[in-house]
Amino acid sequence: MTTREKILGEVLQNQPASLPLPDISRFQGNEPDVVQKYKTVFESIGGKVFLVDDFSTMKCLLRQHYDTSKRIATTLPELGFELISPDVDPHTYEDVELAIIRAHFAVAENGAVWLSDEVMGQRIIPYICQHLAVVVRAETIVPTLHEAYEIIGEGTYGFGGFIGGPSKTADIEQALVLGAHGPLSMAVFVMK
Amino acid sequence: MSYQTTTKDHAALAEAFIKDEERVDWHDGALWYIREKRDIASKGIPEWEELREAASQIKSNVISNLHDYLLQFEANLKKNGIVVHWADTPQEHNEIVYAILKAKEINQMVKSKSMLTEECGLNEYLEERGIGVINSDLGEYIQQIDNEPPSHIVLPCIHKRKEEIGELFHEHLGTEKGLSDPTKLTRVARKPLRNVFMPRRAALTGVNFAVAETGEYVVCTNEGNADMGAHLSEVQIASMGLEKIIPQKKHLGIFLRLLARSATGQPITIYSSHFKKPREGQEMHLILVNAGRTRQLGRPDFQNSLKCIKCGACMNTCPVYRKSGGLSYHNTISGPIGAILAPNLDMKRHADLPFASTLCGSCSNVCPVKINIHDQLYKWRQEIVKEGHASSTKVFGMKAMAWTLSSSDKLDKAGRAGRWFMQNVPFVVNNKLNPWYKQRDMPEGPKETFTEWYLRTNGD
Repeated sequence: MTTREKILGEVLQNQPASLPLPDISRFQGNEPDVVQKYKTVFESIGGKVFLVDDFSTMKCLLRQHYDTSKRIATTLPELGFELISPDVDPHTYEDVELAIIRAHFAVAENGAVWLSDEVMGQRIIPYICQHLAVVVRAETIVPTLHEAYEIIGEGTYGFGGFIGGPSKTADIEQALVLGAHGPLSMAVFVMK
Repeated sequence: MSYQTTTKDHAALAEAFIKDEERVDWHDGALWYIREKRDIASKGIPEWEELREAASQIKSNVISNLHDYLLQFEANLKKNGIVVHWADTPQEHNEIVYAILKAKEINQMVKSKSMLTEECGLNEYLEERGIGVINSDLGEYIQQIDNEPPSHIVLPCIHKRKEEIGELFHEHLGTEKGLSDPTKLTRVARKPLRNVFMPRRAALTGVNFAVAETGEYVVCTNEGNADMGAHLSEVQIASMGLEKIIPQKKHLGIFLRLLARSATGQPITIYSSHFKKPREGQEMHLILVNAGRTRQLGRPDFQNSLKCIKCGACMNTCPVYRKSGGLSYHNTISGPIGAILAPNLDMKRHADLPFASTLCGSCSNVCPVKINIHDQLYKWRQEIVKEGHASSTKVFGMKAMAWTLSSSDKLDKAGRAGRWFMQNVPFVVNNKLNPWYKQRDMPEGPKETFTEWYLRTNGD
């Protein structure tokens, strides 16, 4: 008997009589102003939200807030920075100061954005950069995670993730520190 | 740095911890602060109690259909290109990890937080075979360089003062002596830890949720260390206990809303990563580990403990945990949940843990999946006494109490004797031989009993 058969046999023998799954369709958000809610929650986590009309306003803000003399990588050709290549060794992005990528949508209740590897350029990008900027369309913000998973569905991605702020830790005496291993800051540009 | 070496019980280990009263007060306060953050976060969700109920019911469904869900999960993992392994014991788990690394001639691995691999003693196993492992979670890294196991499942070094961490960094990372500012300490660890990820070809993560329906698994961190390791690696390994399964993807909506709010009062962990398929050129392995879970599944009184999503809320709220520290539990999972999981692994070794509780029930009240933790603690006590694993003083005490309480006459006589001793020769009970006297004074014996008082004032 293989280990697999042994374990499955014991599970079958020991599991109790089947209990049904609950109906969870009643769970849904009813936030009237998701953009405002998103901004409040995300900024309370230590992120920064910019409400912008188009890419040219966004470019001005980027120049104001980031050191553009350092390496900036993006998946958005509109911005005119180095484009992320899906074909190079992910280690080569170690020195990226700022990464700018698009998110599929954002969640108002927790400040997180949803990104799949289809919009990351490379899986490592949003985690390895020193600072992360994400563009999300205002009309895609949903109230809660329940609506979020309805949109995601099964998904065609190989990897996907919610990101809800700059990398953080409170491992030393519960003191909150932004920038553990990953990005020191995260900004979300909500585009109307 | 495993727990297998200690022979002291919870009371003896806690006694060492509580010697430093100032530290105990600080530890108590630090954990209660997290409990308060959890309360604020949960009260922000009007449907919080309904979410807990739904989560509990989903987990009941998982436990009662685990066989089919495991098969479904396995089939979908394979469809996604992930290699599936089954391990019945910690030893078997460690052998599988070693074989995967050996096949690729890898001798350095980076690991994100995984209590399961701590439980398996993976680091020691690999190190004995020439493979270096670095724990990348900052708290776990601190515990690793101090050669100590984690004291809390979410906050591995919550029992350490910042000055002690500064001292460790001075010794191991060469930082200046006397550095104790948490921001500065985190910043100095950032550089060497980021450098750890770069050359490592293999990364191992734990699993928070495994979705049977889609064959993907979710890993939650705040630091981003699981992702740094995984996305740079050539071989990615995930180790999970059988109970981490959830049936459908939409159920993540329930669990991710509960997890971080219960754990630290955050609305969601910073990173909730959904791993489904390997990157081009990457190998992905998933190890399904039993290590006693099927045995716990077969115990009707205790099978609900398998619902646990490892948020740590029961630890933060527990008055015994807060005042005795996680290391006193001599088990990877400490606190109330550890005390109901550990006796399943080794009843004799962990016979003391279900007694390390006041049975106040606070743990059950905060549990996001509504595990009846305090009921199970009570039931384990009976099981342990029945199996003959309780200490002889405990058994004697219980028997003496049962005898005394068996008739009002005996109770009356015992009460009289006790009062006489306390009034006339208090030194007989107020001494080191009486365990009750430790950190407590015996009360002064009352002049009369309630019955005597009642008869004197109201009787006819």
